[in-house]
Amino acid sequence: MKVNNVILQFTAKIVFFIIFFFAVNIFFAGHYTPGGGFVGGLVTASAIVLLIIAFDLNTVQKLLPINYIFVVAVGLILSLGTASFSMFVGQPFFTHFFDYFYLPLFGKTSLHTAALFDLGVYLVVVGVTMTIIQTIGEDE
Amino acid sequence: MSNFLLLPIIIPFFFGMILMFGQKQLKYQRITTLLGLIISIICAFVLIVDVYENGPQTVTFGSWPVPFGITMVSDMVSALLVLTTLVLTFFIVWYGFGSIGKERERFFFYPGVMFIVTGVNGAFTTGDIFNLFVFFEVLLMASYLLIVLGGEKAQLRESIKYILINVISSALFVITVAYLYSVIGTLNMADISVKIAEINQPGILTVIAILFLLVFGMKAAIFPLYFWLPSAYAAPPIPVLALFGALLTKVGVYAIMRTYTLFFTHDLSYTHELLLVLAIITIVAGSIGALAHFDVKQIIIYNIVIAVGVILYGVAQMNEVALEGAVFYLIHDMIIKAALFMLIGIVIYVTGTTNLRKMGGLMKKYPALGWFYLIAALGLAGVPPLSGFIGKLLIVQGGFQAGNNWTSIFILASSLVVLLSVIRIFIYAFWGEQGQLSNEMNKTTYNHLFVPTILLVLLSILYGVGTEIIMPFMDEASKVLSDPSVYNDAVLKGGE
Repeated sequence: MKVNNVILQFTAKIVFFIIFFFAVNIFFAGHYTPGGGFVGGLVTASAIVLLIIAFDLNTVQKLLPINYIFVVAVGLILSLGTASFSMFVGQPFFTHFFDYFYLPLFGKTSLHTAALFDLGVYLVVVGVTMTIIQTIGEDE
Repeated sequence: MSNFLLLPIIIPFFFGMILMFGQKQLKYQRITTLLGLIISIICAFVLIVDVYENGPQTVTFGSWPVPFGITMVSDMVSALLVLTTLVLTFFIVWYGFGSIGKERERFFFYPGVMFIVTGVNGAFTTGDIFNLFVFFEVLLMASYLLIVLGGEKAQLRESIKYILINVISSALFVITVAYLYSVIGTLNMADISVKIAEINQPGILTVIAILFLLVFGMKAAIFPLYFWLPSAYAAPPIPVLALFGALLTKVGVYAIMRTYTLFFTHDLSYTHELLLVLAIITIVAGSIGALAHFDVKQIIIYNIVIAVGVILYGVAQMNEVALEGAVFYLIHDMIIKAALFMLIGIVIYVTGTTNLRKMGGLMKKYPALGWFYLIAALGLAGVPPLSGFIGKLLIVQGGFQAGNNWTSIFILASSLVVLLSVIRIFIYAFWGEQGQLSNEMNKTTYNHLFVPTILLVLLSILYGVGTEIIMPFMDEASKVLSDPSVYNDAVLKGGE
């Protein structure tokens, strides 16, 4: 018997974007409100997992042809790079920098290098979670 | 402020990351790993010279003032251990080219090695008790990968035990740090040391000291917490076993050494007396194991337990001579254990068995292997010109100074057991009738395994013969250990 997943698949397509944007919101809000790279990464991974549940592993892999191990590696390099950047300008390791900038659309915004570190964390969390789920899912 | 002391941690970490790319290209993996280790070794060497000339180096992350940020401290003890770790890893990785097998190499073996080195070096260098926990986890996670990599039946069985034990001890570590934090209110090691001295170590802190001994004792395999070690270490292939045997338990020993010389120095009659008793029983337990087995791997594995006991006996004396001996013996033991595991790895490769009773007569076909094994064995037991001598001599001398005459004589006697256990391998495997030989022996692989092993044995000989050259560094190390104020001043005042 073939199961018809129309409602699940249709809802997943819409809900995926809602979850993903919520994840982006959590990620950027992390400095002033609860949230940050770790939670943002987990929520993003859960959005992808929703797609995997609604469709299947191969479809999602075709949709997002990403090698998640590389995502982990890139995330690690980004985090380490942010942390060690300060070494090259004569500050102790992990010293962060921030300043206020006037951006065209946003107005006065504070940009902080901690966000780059968080981006690394985000990538590592997404990469690790998806690697775990894909490897277990593919296993026969 | 000097970021230089972080390089021996960051460089292996960075190379571990870039090794995650191109996992199927063996040439790239091997060359990058060796390159990363060589650069780190150079940095570690420069760091030692720097520490020797300018005293302990510290850096506090993120430009925060001292007790509030994570401080990394490189004093002579940690700098020496970091260099030893990197040098040993270099030789073990080189040795691994011939024996680890292509399947494992293609599946993140080298990133695993690099991350384990990151964890070990970080644990040696950190000046923050919770950061120590994090680095313990880094090295343990990498060791979980290495112990199970390959997926043989024995590896799967033992990795479950190994992970279970380590998860429990890590949970206990967190609980202990929580107790310490609720009593003292700080996590910076120098700050903890000062605050404990201020309140003069009340009963609760002695309890925490024992809890720390429990936690680190489980990692370092002291009696009665060593039960997991013999079977867990026998499971992975020889290069991984050499890496574990040389590095992992020694991190636990270092952590006991650090906490018992820096924090809990005000109730010696209880804490250090207990440490002394446990060290003695650890030696007895290890000796029984080393003599009971006819399996070459098991004999050397039980020798790890004996050495842990000897080093901790030195720590328990709490005088400068014994602490100097403990550092001497610690580094000697790391080198010689790696060398011995590599040597018996070759013996196992040549004969195709780990059972001593099936071996024999290797001396005729492999005289060089035999003689180098004999030198390493004598070095382990502590025969004078070789590396094990001076460390044990200082430990025993310190024991007599502290008035522990009988136990010191006991330490000397334990050397005989160590000698007996390793010479038995020599007699069974190298003398007598020709025993079993492996059919898959291949001369090039043999040479691949032989060269790094011999270089490491030569290094251990140099370590023994060149005692005079190393002595000033060791003096510096024992000064830091025997007088916590050197460490505390370097961190709290030297760090701006």
